[in-house]
Amino acid sequence: MTTDPFPPAETYTVTGTGPAAGRGPARVVIRGVRFILAHVPGLVAAGSKPRRELPAGGAALRAELRSRLRSFALAVAYPPHQVMIGSLAPEALREIARPWHRHPIAGARPRGPGGAIVDQMTFYAWLARADAANLVRFTEDFAARLADATGAGPIPAASAQQIARTLEDRGEPLFHEDERPVGAVAAGHEQDEALSATVLLENLAAKATGALALRRLLDEVDDPDPVEYLLGCGEEAVGDRYQRGGGNLAKAIGELAGVRTAGGADVKAFCAAPLHGLLMAGALVASGRYRRVVVVAGGSLAKLGMKFRGHLAAGYPVLEDVLAGVAIDVGRDDGHSPILRLDAAAVHRVGDGTAPHQMARVLTVEPLRALGLRLSDIDRYAVELHNPDITEPAGSGNVPAANYQVIAALAAQAGEIARSEMPAFAEAHGMPGYSPTQGHIASAIPYLPHAVAGLTDGALRRVQLVAKGSLFLGRMTAMGDGISMLMERNTLRTAERGGPDGGAQG
Amino acid sequence: MVELKGRLVLALGERDGIPAPALERCAVSAGGQVVYSTTQCFV
Repeated sequence: MTTDPFPPAETYTVTGTGPAAGRGPARVVIRGVRFILAHVPGLVAAGSKPRRELPAGGAALRAELRSRLRSFALAVAYPPHQVMIGSLAPEALREIARPWHRHPIAGARPRGPGGAIVDQMTFYAWLARADAANLVRFTEDFAARLADATGAGPIPAASAQQIARTLEDRGEPLFHEDERPVGAVAAGHEQDEALSATVLLENLAAKATGALALRRLLDEVDDPDPVEYLLGCGEEAVGDRYQRGGGNLAKAIGELAGVRTAGGADVKAFCAAPLHGLLMAGALVASGRYRRVVVVAGGSLAKLGMKFRGHLAAGYPVLEDVLAGVAIDVGRDDGHSPILRLDAAAVHRVGDGTAPHQMARVLTVEPLRALGLRLSDIDRYAVELHNPDITEPAGSGNVPAANYQVIAALAAQAGEIARSEMPAFAEAHGMPGYSPTQGHIASAIPYLPHAVAGLTDGALRRVQLVAKGSLFLGRMTAMGDGISMLMERNTLRTAERGGPDGGAQG
Repeated sequence: MVELKGRLVLALGERDGIPAPALERCAVSAGGQVVYSTTQCFV
């Protein structure tokens, strides 16, 4: 008897995923989405802005920052967070006086139909699980507390002396309730800045929060197909000094979330990456190559506390205290879930102008006009949905309101509405911002839980997602970027659909 | 009204407002000389 040197894998079988020969593109749907908000007040000081400004501010500034950190209960009851997890409609924020942190939702729960809010203990347990290189260590006391509180398996522990030595050797501290570190992340290499403890903590935080969102999606969204491909769309630069930012965090997130049936890759496009990811996911499904693709991203640790100075000056709590993760389920038409109209996707091209009205025209007017639709035919525009309570105290304005003003102006310019009707148009077709300022997370996708619900069981017919990316930040170009996608009610009658193919491309 | 003809211009743009390339074109068309140009993103 001979032994097969290459026995078949014992884990899974994927069948029937070849291109659908002789058939047109399949219709594509978004079956579900889940967000995770990890409340991590102990890591706010590790954000880029506090990290740079706290040393200069001394003990007084550190103490003031610490005194303005929120409890988990207040983070759960924060109205914009309840919108993020789908428990509260975005429009409901109009009925709550700002600033919203002064009006916590009574009886708010950390779980909603669109996601969940997890506490710092849960996050640290997943951070430990995410650490494939044995670089994260917690103190023995805290490791025991973590295991007890979260039901996680053994948590890697070290003595206080070992933690102290790690911190002296360029390690990154992990804080929980006070200024004493409860753990540390060690550098991944003695000389490689791309593997410094600071960078690795950012990458591990993104991996953990992305996996939390993906796990929740897999546990809660009923789908007969296995996940066959993962598209990562976060903003972290994973790699060593020879390929800084090389990726592929998507596959690492899949491994941590327990996915075994999928490969994957990362899409990089700054804040616009989630919609570029959706476009590519849709194309992979439409081609017949894969039946189910998940677009996934973790949170941005660098952006924690980004506007803390403005919040302190306004007497607010430090509102940028959550890491956000997301997982978006893209699959074949199930006859029920909202259609992702690939034929209505619009990408800002190199030759397009970058002024706001030019960008908005390329992303809204032109793809809609090509389908015979007017701006007024879109029930809701999901734009950059940054929470204005976070941005305004720092002088950054109300980002979604500015975007809706431009779309309303285009509607007036097109003669769809009178100029005097612009505010009413912006209110009817827009919404208040409610997303944490987590870059890619805020770009249109926070509305997805509400869009999926509204386009299936609600009264919505069409939603357009509009995202922008700040390419110029990388110093490689002065250009910006933008992309839009159209979602449509699955049961919309063919006669109501725009375009020559009646939406056959999905 | 600001007269830009013959003046040196710093073009400081904002992603959700007016980006620097648009400011640059306006300043140049008005006779200004753009010596520094950058767009910022505050979110």
